[in-house]
Amino acid sequence: MTNRTLALLGRGYLGLILFFLYAPILVMAAMSFNASAFYQLPFSFSTEWYAKLWSNREILSAAGRSVWIACVVTVLATAAGTAASIALFRYDVPGKRVLQVLLFPPIAIPWLITGTAMLIFFFGIGIGRGTPAVIIGHVALALPYVIVVVTARLATFDATLEEAARSLGAGAWTVTMRVTVPWILPGIVAGGLFAFAVSFDQFVVSYFLSEPGDTTLPVLIYTSIRKGFTPEINAISTIIIAVSMGIMVLAARYSNFGGER
Amino acid sequence: MAQVRVEGLTKTYGGARALDAVSLSFPDGGFFGLLGPSGSGKTTLLRAIAGFVVPDAGRVFIGDAPVENVPVEAREIGMVFQNYALFPNMTVAQNVAFGLEVRKVAAAERARRVAEALELVQLGPFGARKTNELSGGQRQRVAMARAIVTRPRVLLLDEPLSALDKALRVDMQIELKRIQREVGITTIFVTHDQEEALTLSDRIGILKDGRLVRHGPPREVYDDPRDAFTARFLGEANLISGVPEAGGLRLPDGGLIAGARTATVAVRPENLRISLCEPQGPVRLRARLRQRIFAGAMGTCVLDWRGEALKAVGRDRDFADLPGEGEVWLTWDAGDTIALEG
Repeated sequence: MTNRTLALLGRGYLGLILFFLYAPILVMAAMSFNASAFYQLPFSFSTEWYAKLWSNREILSAAGRSVWIACVVTVLATAAGTAASIALFRYDVPGKRVLQVLLFPPIAIPWLITGTAMLIFFFGIGIGRGTPAVIIGHVALALPYVIVVVTARLATFDATLEEAARSLGAGAWTVTMRVTVPWILPGIVAGGLFAFAVSFDQFVVSYFLSEPGDTTLPVLIYTSIRKGFTPEINAISTIIIAVSMGIMVLAARYSNFGGER
Repeated sequence: MAQVRVEGLTKTYGGARALDAVSLSFPDGGFFGLLGPSGSGKTTLLRAIAGFVVPDAGRVFIGDAPVENVPVEAREIGMVFQNYALFPNMTVAQNVAFGLEVRKVAAAERARRVAEALELVQLGPFGARKTNELSGGQRQRVAMARAIVTRPRVLLLDEPLSALDKALRVDMQIELKRIQREVGITTIFVTHDQEEALTLSDRIGILKDGRLVRHGPPREVYDDPRDAFTARFLGEANLISGVPEAGGLRLPDGGLIAGARTATVAVRPENLRISLCEPQGPVRLRARLRQRIFAGAMGTCVLDWRGEALKAVGRDRDFADLPGEGEVWLTWDAGDTIALEG
């Protein structure tokens, strides 16, 4: 085969991948702007479903709850994850390698199993279901993402800068806030955006841990679909996708995902 | 400003002795050069004085007070790192101001002292620059200004010039000496460059395998190195061994080095004279000239004496009459014979 045909095949392959990834999303987004409730063509543009969304108290309160939980999770996971990353960078704690390896299972274990395990555990220790349980669960899921991103940024940090700051009279807190954190800030921001996305998009763990009638947006969408599909769901889903992709683009910018510019 | 003293300092890294019972005084206001090959423990010693290395045994005094239990940030030191370690998120002036800010020096006083320090290192107009806009030599000066602006009790320099190219390094040596004289802070600096140590220091200390082998004023140590390691590490030395007897050192080829009492002696390359006819005088060796190397103002002759490589250094024109290779005579003044122990 000539290089030309190979290049053509490569492009076709990439096109197919993008098509199957994005075609369903584009169709859904398009349908959220279609006046027909039954996906009937021809397409006639309407923002009716978005307007209806605005008056749907159930969806609005679930969305508000989702955002609020994601913000709390972002703050907690980013603070704890950054502190853990700096500690792992600075000190040679015994079992450091084991600790680092233990951070990955939450990414690898199926969420269904994590969710079940958390539900059993939280009932066992008396936390039970509810918003605190959801927040703890989300923080646990988001933490590894923050640590991975911040640790990657720390790998480019020159540790002699900390020594220089100490030699100039700065204590541990000042060194961290004035020297270390400014350098790893892009990593912290990216880690925070990841944490927000993990929490905001989380379905399985939220489904297991939230109380009925007090749910997050993904859980509400799921339960609504079971009752019957409405274009309102298309509308809210389109909004979620736009927000999530926006966050990921931002995170990629800050963490230099996909290579240095 | 203060005198610094270490006593019986010992540090082991997994079986390897980085420091082995090192005791040494660094005089108040002096410029002390710590010299040694890599792995000799010189950096470990510097870092133990700074407080980054916790010794297994021994004591560190800054002034009269022991500082083993004083953390780095409270030791009132100034340090210049090999890579300068300038804070990349701050301007030149912010870098220099950092130590004063941490000490809660009032803003007006801070600005005055930062300007003064930048003036001292001849970087007056560079305060607003970013550190990545500076050349290597300028970074070095910023690091120096940052270290002295807090008026530390001791200034610690870890191979401060090794990242600069040769010409700049020589300029900075002179700069460094001038700055140190102006501020008068007790300075301890680590280097593996013997010429740099000789140029800068009032006193030097030579380390080998974690042990202090010799210390004193540079000229004294150079003229009387006492052992083969120091003789060879500080400058170059031709070592000549034989059997000591009543009149001097009897060499295997029958020659005699009059007056020498030890089994090994050293002669500096610059003190060797080469001639084609047999010289008068008590010390002479028959050797073979192997090679003449031209290096600008100075030249080097590589010689072979009974399988030992010897070196003679002199003005190139002094070697002009010599053949490219062949039998020659070597001689030197009896006073230039350096006795070595062991």
